[in-house]
Amino acid sequence: MTSILTNSFAKGPDENGHFGPYGGRFVAETLMPLVLEVEKAFDAAKDDPAFQAELSRYLAHFVGRPSPLYFAERLTQACGGAKIYFKREDLNHTGAHKVNNCIGQILLAKRMGKTRIIAETGAGQHGVATATVCALFGLPCVVYMGAVDIARQQPNVFRMKLLGAEVRPVTSGAATLKDAMNEAMRDWVANVEDTYYLIGTVAGPHPYPVMVRDFQKIIGEEAKAQMQTMEGRLPDTLIAAVGGGSNAMGLFYPFLDEPTVKIVGVEAAGKGTETEEHAASLGKGRSGVLHGSRTYLLQNQDGQITEAYSISAGLDYPGVGPEHAWLKDAGRIDYVAITDDEALDAFHRTTRLEGIIPALESSHAIAQALKVAGSLPADHILLVSLSGRGDKDVNTVAQAMGTEL
Amino acid sequence: MMTDILKNNRLTRRFAKLASENRAGLVIYIAASDPDAETSAKLLAGLPGAGADIIELGMPFTDPMADGPAIQRAALRALKAGACMDHTLAQVRGFRETDTETPIVLMGYYNPIDSYGVERFAKDAAQAGVDGVIVVDVPPEEADELQPPLLAQGIAFICLATPTSDDARLPQILKYAGGFLYYVSILGITGTATAAADAVEAAVKRIKRHTQLPVAVGFGIKTPDNAAAIARVADAAVVGSAVIDKLAACLDDQGKAKPELVPTALAFVADLAKGVRGARK
Repeated sequence: MTSILTNSFAKGPDENGHFGPYGGRFVAETLMPLVLEVEKAFDAAKDDPAFQAELSRYLAHFVGRPSPLYFAERLTQACGGAKIYFKREDLNHTGAHKVNNCIGQILLAKRMGKTRIIAETGAGQHGVATATVCALFGLPCVVYMGAVDIARQQPNVFRMKLLGAEVRPVTSGAATLKDAMNEAMRDWVANVEDTYYLIGTVAGPHPYPVMVRDFQKIIGEEAKAQMQTMEGRLPDTLIAAVGGGSNAMGLFYPFLDEPTVKIVGVEAAGKGTETEEHAASLGKGRSGVLHGSRTYLLQNQDGQITEAYSISAGLDYPGVGPEHAWLKDAGRIDYVAITDDEALDAFHRTTRLEGIIPALESSHAIAQALKVAGSLPADHILLVSLSGRGDKDVNTVAQAMGTEL
Repeated sequence: MMTDILKNNRLTRRFAKLASENRAGLVIYIAASDPDAETSAKLLAGLPGAGADIIELGMPFTDPMADGPAIQRAALRALKAGACMDHTLAQVRGFRETDTETPIVLMGYYNPIDSYGVERFAKDAAQAGVDGVIVVDVPPEEADELQPPLLAQGIAFICLATPTSDDARLPQILKYAGGFLYYVSILGITGTATAAADAVEAAVKRIKRHTQLPVAVGFGIKTPDNAAAIARVADAAVVGSAVIDKLAACLDDQGKAKPELVPTALAFVADLAKGVRGARK
């Protein structure tokens, strides 16, 4: 079934979208022809210099790339060990890495002649990025969002509406990201002729995991070159937060075949992985099939999907991209978990010491860096993905602090 | 050789019987353990008498991506009532104690089967008396891990074809299909739009150019008249959401079954059966 070469971690997936036993195309028959069409269009676009040139132009002039690589000197001093660098995806237009993928996919949708865009969103960052590129290209946009998430991410809901998107509340299930994704797939099945489903993370049926990774790998490619300029060498350890896993795959991918680089993915431990309230699908889940691919899932013994929990709405998903599942089994990436409290602590320390308000998702990655930096030598380089800015999270943080805004 | 393995399958025998009677079949979908195990078992036992020729028993799943609100709610009710694969198979075993002829098809999503273990599922389902399995999120591209183990136990892997399955796509689907082909007559989820009968007729004719398998048509069939219209052009009509709606209308404020639930749902099935049986006269 798998034809991934064992001498490289960067060769996946095979022609059927399998990363080892993971990935694939587990979708309803109605969607299969369309999924195959997306794959064909993506393969053609990838090798088309005109497509790549247009993508580069938007990434430079609309998104604001390259994003800086930043030496977090005061955090480094405070930890008294390894040097901490941030890849500043928070400085992208719309405030997170999500837009890299949205620009790529909307150019593809346009190329395919699709006239309507749908998306799912949890925290609202992908919804905002999708609404943004739809405004830019004048396409109607419907964003599915769980009713619970709508309540806790009001500023992003309003931003999407300002940008002209229709935000459809999803009340089925637990009314969070997983249910929003179900509803987006239901819409897609009913509107296959004109609609493009713009998935926000490295999940879903093939080719989405590989496509989103390819649109995000610019994070790692830039960071690699920037580190070469600033330090004259590769970093020693990469750290990124993993919900669905798109910012992490984007940073990690160009380093997978660098054997000296240690790679760490950080899942949300919520109230602790020993409790029921966490989102550590790789740490605590097992193999299963959901939303188009085989991957690690949080599920009960009967194969029913259980609810994920994290203070960060962007990490609150019971699955994870299939490439992460494969890289975990292959032993190439270590996956650890950070609790709500540890993430909040990292949020505050980064805000006070660096003047950067990080997203709660990114705060999980920073927390892991702060945890290990002190025990590492001063010449060890930690490269952390600062995947988004935290302005959207101030209400959540205020609530955690018991402060009324 | 697939036809050899399935020669004695109840589905094969049932469609042969329907053909000899020159009528289409009525396929009724209910979800296992909806609204609770006991009521669901009573309903299941009553379906053949009410005129269901084939029964699709839904395996409840938390994330039924291809289903509309009626079947989503049915799944959640069932899960709340403790539905699990063991109970679903037990329900089939219970049914087989009194009915050894009516074919039963389990329908649902892959994860609960994967979690139970494919080989173990195939074996236990066959022993319980299951004749076919429909797994909505396993297209031909992924069927190699599921279809062979089912077939080895004499269970038909029933494939879906849709309006997007063109002449190039159909042979890929049919390579795996057994029992009958399930034609999803609309682009969309269960229990929503209703397809025009002439569009369905054209689609069934096109499919029949590719296969000898009986073709059952489902999604959006809501009334005895709808069912009759489909019965004129296809080998069977599948009704699910409309039956579930009747059932759901007989729940009290706590979601518990009222005494009239089973008779009401069965009366509706009898109306559907009358429509289907009279369609070609």
